[in-house]
Amino acid sequence: MADVLVCVENLHVRFRTYAGVVHAVNGVSFDIRRGETFGLVGETGCGKSVTGLSLLRLVPPPGEIAAGRILFNGEDLLAKSEAEMQRIRGRRIAMVFQDPAATLNPVFSVGEQIMGIIRHHQAVGRDGARRRAMEMLEAVGLPEPERLLRAYPHELSGGMQQRVMIAMALSSGAELLIADEPTTALDVTIQAQILALLVELQRSRRLSILLITHNLGVVAETCERVGVLYAGHLVEVGRTPDVFQAMKHPYTQALLAAIPRPGSHGQPLPAIPGTVPSGLERIPGCAFHPRCPFVMDVCRAEKPPLVSVGEEHTVACYLYPQGDCHLHGARA
Amino acid sequence: MSQPLVEVRGLSKHFVQRGGLLGRRSRVVRALEEVELSVQRGETLGVVGESGCGKTTLGRCILRLIEPTAGQVFFEGVDLMALSREEMRQRRRDMQMVFQNPYSSLDPRFNVLNLVAEPIVTHTDLRGEALTARVEELLARVGMEGDFLYRYPHEFSGGQLQRIAVARALALNPRFLVLDEPTSALDVSVQAQILNLLQQLQRELGLTYLFISHDLSVVQHISDRIAVMYLGRVVEMSTTDAIFYAARHPYTEALLSSTPILDPALRRERIILEGSVPSPANPPPGCRFHPRCPKAMDVCSQVEPKLEDVGGGHLVACHLVMRDP
Repeated sequence: MADVLVCVENLHVRFRTYAGVVHAVNGVSFDIRRGETFGLVGETGCGKSVTGLSLLRLVPPPGEIAAGRILFNGEDLLAKSEAEMQRIRGRRIAMVFQDPAATLNPVFSVGEQIMGIIRHHQAVGRDGARRRAMEMLEAVGLPEPERLLRAYPHELSGGMQQRVMIAMALSSGAELLIADEPTTALDVTIQAQILALLVELQRSRRLSILLITHNLGVVAETCERVGVLYAGHLVEVGRTPDVFQAMKHPYTQALLAAIPRPGSHGQPLPAIPGTVPSGLERIPGCAFHPRCPFVMDVCRAEKPPLVSVGEEHTVACYLYPQGDCHLHGARA
Repeated sequence: MSQPLVEVRGLSKHFVQRGGLLGRRSRVVRALEEVELSVQRGETLGVVGESGCGKTTLGRCILRLIEPTAGQVFFEGVDLMALSREEMRQRRRDMQMVFQNPYSSLDPRFNVLNLVAEPIVTHTDLRGEALTARVEELLARVGMEGDFLYRYPHEFSGGQLQRIAVARALALNPRFLVLDEPTSALDVSVQAQILNLLQQLQRELGLTYLFISHDLSVVQHISDRIAVMYLGRVVEMSTTDAIFYAARHPYTEALLSSTPILDPALRRERIILEGSVPSPANPPPGCRFHPRCPKAMDVCSQVEPKLEDVGGGHLVACHLVMRDP
């Protein structure tokens, strides 16, 4: 068994709203190994960001983690006190968000912000924090760190701001970096720079990364393994090439088929009929069954368990009986 | 070749930004610089580029939603810039726009009937039951059959709203649509539905599209030809296949290689560009791409390359290509 850093077991997150209880995450289980990049993909509202926030126990009210276990280095984070969590956040698990311009404080210089974080987490003086900040800025590929420490966020481009965020997140030696849509606000040429940086940092620091994104191309190019979320359910998990080349779940198949690709020009794209359920309505059985072309009676009655369909490749679908890897009516 | 439906000649748009005390300091943002392009009847011309390249400004200038600083736009041979306000208003029946974010482009206080009927009421005498029937017909065209007329935008999903926005754009039977990132706010499964709808409408109604997007895979799916923009200029323009498989401009090559690809067999060797796009308020001299270009030569920082035909209507603005045909 590979060296597991994070193990999420049967995670349930719900939001009590005036309109009713929204079930955002419904029994999600996966693990993240030391030194790997694990991707979590899905469309808007599938629960990917909420899952990421759960790992830090930062789900905003009225959201609450209703059930499950989150083991980090074997310790259950859900059993920790708030004070213990504060020592883990930023120091052992760090997070970067989609929009760096909204995450950085506009009225403090980059230096004040990054040194503030370093001094909060580590017993160092002003000079030590400054040295460490400059080291980190250099490590994320920013030129002239000395000048940068005096700069304010608005003076930096989006790509540079995201580098600063990554430098801050990793300044206290976190083992796990949760990156929630870290390149969505950036142009593709800048996205390529940031993804290359994440891969390099992951290798040089033996960092584990949870990469949350809606962009399947980004996952395909950066993640060793990937989990596909639909309506708060993990429907397929496996090594990225297996999931993207030999996808088993009808939702994964439909999602990948809907992406325009070379050669699709002029032809209609196979769109998925219907829309994603809202989370307010509880769909019995498999959450995808109302939109699934292969729906069977059992799919409407009971939630399918994750079954193995190959080495390290599991899928929650009744098309694949336990211990049997053959397709039943599904296209390969 | 027959006369193009839309022809753009030397189109420039400079925005003046005022700053400092009492607005005494000003700087000029050159959003568009001498853009030349044409759109043939019934085709889709894709316009791609990163933020700040001027692609949205281009779409708006072509429809005269903002007034260009210089240049001409011909629609069926008529110079739009020479038209009076009233003449232009009449002309807009033929050319409409669909915006990126239907949540903000559709007025939340209008119901669907009023949203789709508004352009018809503005431009024609159609009223009453005939108007309602026309709106229902338009909604059916975009795949919105059912009891939607008296509902409001907040009751719809993003994909449904974009369908309503398309119905509104089609209300006056236009021939030319500027689609500005029409699927960027949507999830991929819904994006596929909208792209299919746009292609179906183009076939049924003989529409001509200018399709603006930052997403290369979407642009290659829908376009017959593609124009690549960088810092206010068109740097390369050709057929979709030529842009994807025989790109000549180093920026196009870098852009293509930066796009994450699902299928490892189709992946290109990645060219990672250094730095970021400079400000259009202070563009570099010579070729605007030269500070980031991996193949820059001395001449690139001095002389701005012109957009020239390298054969078969493939236009490139690069010194490298001109030297080595």
